[in-house]
Amino acid sequence: MHLSDLWFIAIAVLWAGYFVLEGFDFGVGILLPVLGRDDRERRVMINTIGPVWDGNEVWLLTAGGATFAAFPGWYAAMFSAYYLPLLIVLIALILRGVAFEYRGKREGARWRLGWDGALFAGSLIPAIVWGVAFGNVLRGIPLNAAHNYAGNFLTLLNPYALLGGLTTLALFTLHGAVFLALKTTGDLRRRANALSWKLGAVAVAAGGGFLAWTEASYRAPGHTGATGAASVALAAAAAVALIIAVLASRAGREGAAFAGNAAAIAAATGALFTALYPRVLPSTLTAVGTLTTANASSTAKTLAVMTVVAAIFLPFVLLYQGWTYWVFRRRIGAGPAVASPGAAAVPSRPAAPDVAPEVGS
Amino acid sequence: MSVLDLSRWQFAITTVYHFLFVPVTIGLAFLVAGFETAWLRSGREHWLRLTRFYGKLFLINFALGVVTGIVQEFQFGMNWSAYSRFVGDIFGAPLAIEALLAFFMESTFLGLWIFGWDRLPRRVHAACMWAVAVGTTLSAYFILAANSWMQHPVGYHYDPRTHREELSSFLALMTNPAQLAAFPHVIAACFLTAGALVAGVAMWHLIRRPGTDGPAFRSALRAGAITAIAAAVVTIATGDVQGKLFTTRYQPMKMAAAEALYHTAKPAPLSLLTIGNLNGSKPVFQITLPRLLSFLGTGNWSGRVQGIDNLQAFYRQVYGPGSYTPIIPVTYWSFRLMIGIGLLAALVTLLALWAVRHGRAPRSRLLLWSVIALPLLPLAANSLGWILTEMGRQPWIVYGQMKTTAGVSANSAGEVLASMIVLTLLYGTLAVIEASLMIKYARTGLAPHPVPPGTGAGGEETSPALVY
Repeated sequence: MHLSDLWFIAIAVLWAGYFVLEGFDFGVGILLPVLGRDDRERRVMINTIGPVWDGNEVWLLTAGGATFAAFPGWYAAMFSAYYLPLLIVLIALILRGVAFEYRGKREGARWRLGWDGALFAGSLIPAIVWGVAFGNVLRGIPLNAAHNYAGNFLTLLNPYALLGGLTTLALFTLHGAVFLALKTTGDLRRRANALSWKLGAVAVAAGGGFLAWTEASYRAPGHTGATGAASVALAAAAAVALIIAVLASRAGREGAAFAGNAAAIAAATGALFTALYPRVLPSTLTAVGTLTTANASSTAKTLAVMTVVAAIFLPFVLLYQGWTYWVFRRRIGAGPAVASPGAAAVPSRPAAPDVAPEVGS
Repeated sequence: MSVLDLSRWQFAITTVYHFLFVPVTIGLAFLVAGFETAWLRSGREHWLRLTRFYGKLFLINFALGVVTGIVQEFQFGMNWSAYSRFVGDIFGAPLAIEALLAFFMESTFLGLWIFGWDRLPRRVHAACMWAVAVGTTLSAYFILAANSWMQHPVGYHYDPRTHREELSSFLALMTNPAQLAAFPHVIAACFLTAGALVAGVAMWHLIRRPGTDGPAFRSALRAGAITAIAAAVVTIATGDVQGKLFTTRYQPMKMAAAEALYHTAKPAPLSLLTIGNLNGSKPVFQITLPRLLSFLGTGNWSGRVQGIDNLQAFYRQVYGPGSYTPIIPVTYWSFRLMIGIGLLAALVTLLALWAVRHGRAPRSRLLLWSVIALPLLPLAANSLGWILTEMGRQPWIVYGQMKTTAGVSANSAGEVLASMIVLTLLYGTLAVIEASLMIKYARTGLAPHPVPPGTGAGGEETSPALVY
């Protein structure tokens, strides 16, 4: 195995990690207007992901950075081809990131509703766009011999890729619902569980259709051997894990439901990457336009440096991120407020007009 | 405007904007961590209250630093894909390592710090902010190593088979002498920025609200001012080292342009004021101090400093036809204003410190207005420093290796125009919101006596803190 193959796997793992982690915090954002009936419930929802969303988003930055470092040709072609979709994602992520921090910084229903809207849109848009983007990676985009994009924005809006967008949207929303069921109490928890069942049905239909379409039409030609079989196996595993997740949620086994859906997202991402291999960005125009792990990669030297750095530091990242989830493992109640030190704007605490409520630190 | 011009404008706008927040983040992370540690060690409550107060300002600022940072990472591929292909083998690694080592660290530990007040033991909680501070500094190291490589490429070779630059030595990349000079300069400027913010806000309270939390704000003023003054000294010293390196060795054109020195001179005079013609191609009027530029640029009172015209002629011979001269008025004035405004910031902090000596309670209007402006001065100086560094390198994107014109993506001008307009409007709106929140929380002052965290108070079993 070449180091470039190892880094192809590493990038697949980074995207899988990103989708598993940010998937649920996108889902929580998307469900904000659906499950959050009042400001207090919405605050509870936001605070379930408050300590972790930023760390989750770094998986995207690491995937992007790793793609740049390990496959500059892929990074350059894909990011410039996806110019407008990425701009839309960037705007969404900017609004969303700011919304977390600024929502509680002022009193007033309009201020909060505005940021709630930003959180919703900022979660919804990337949840769709990432699926559309990956659909187009699998399907191929019109790249010329110089690996420059020869299509336009509408080229990307084909039925297969749009089904990909629906798949990520459904999977992430479901992920958010099972996460909320796991992290909240009372009525909110009950409603999240009830919704999981319906979302599960959509996710199974969309995800099943998308993966079947991928395996039937967009697997790398000429690679029907080991990687082809692996891709089919991963797609099947994703389907099974998803169904288990939905059934577990139905049975009130919230931990199993979340783990099952996380496994489904990871396996589905794996199925897409194995179907793609050894290509990284196929061209629909010309064979020489297709980027592969061989013609898009960095030198063995750069890959070796990156491998050493990742091998040393990734375990630490996993350890301290895991620790964060452990520290904040408890459920968050939506019941009557009990003010904790440093808690924000608790209604029972009267605030002098010009004294801001204590928020954020 | 062409795709090239639009992409350059967008990069300039987004980068200068991003770097308004970065220095505050880096410097303030250390100061807030220091305040929390001071509370742990002294047990004095006012350090805890200062931790929470400046911690809030830190978070308001941090949010915009993070989200605008994502744009920076994506932009290389979106707008500068030819550049990314050409140098990705070298330039990508520091970016990836920055994400892995630094971004994970700062975001994860900041989450723990924000939400962990009643979850974590006090020492662990303070350690989280130190981890954030270390993370931000690591981040600066890797991204500056990447930038320093563009300023002074080392540890690479050109591969004619793949038509790109490839890594020869990662160690050389990480210990680039240009980087070893730039990193302390930038970090010192970050401390100057954050120190000025802390001191400015504290002084405002001491003047406008005398008697309210006086002792706490005196402590904050001293900590901020001493940090800022010490940082200013380091900024000057490291800036001098950088100036000499670039004048004599790495980019003589940048420094000649920064001084508007048109003809090679030995010894060279320092220009106090130069008025050039409109396109900056020659001086019309100059006031100079003899020999000083030779000393500053080379360390020798009669050292030879190369001039713009001579360098231009030389580069045409080496690299072929074309202009190798940056926009002189921009380099000349950004250099002077960077130094002048940075020094002014240090001077104001010094005056503020002097005004409160031996428990004095200052009431001067002039001082009040000065300290209101104080947090903004380093922001301006920082921006001007980057404008000098980046515009002074033109026409190169990688000095001596690739011109900026060759680095741009094959996008349509319409796409880039749209993104530039949308990002500028969004950034502008967020700047207004950010500034209004900073002012609101800075004016509000210290929160009334908080329950000491880490005591398990607040019924954590049933209702953890809702922070957001």
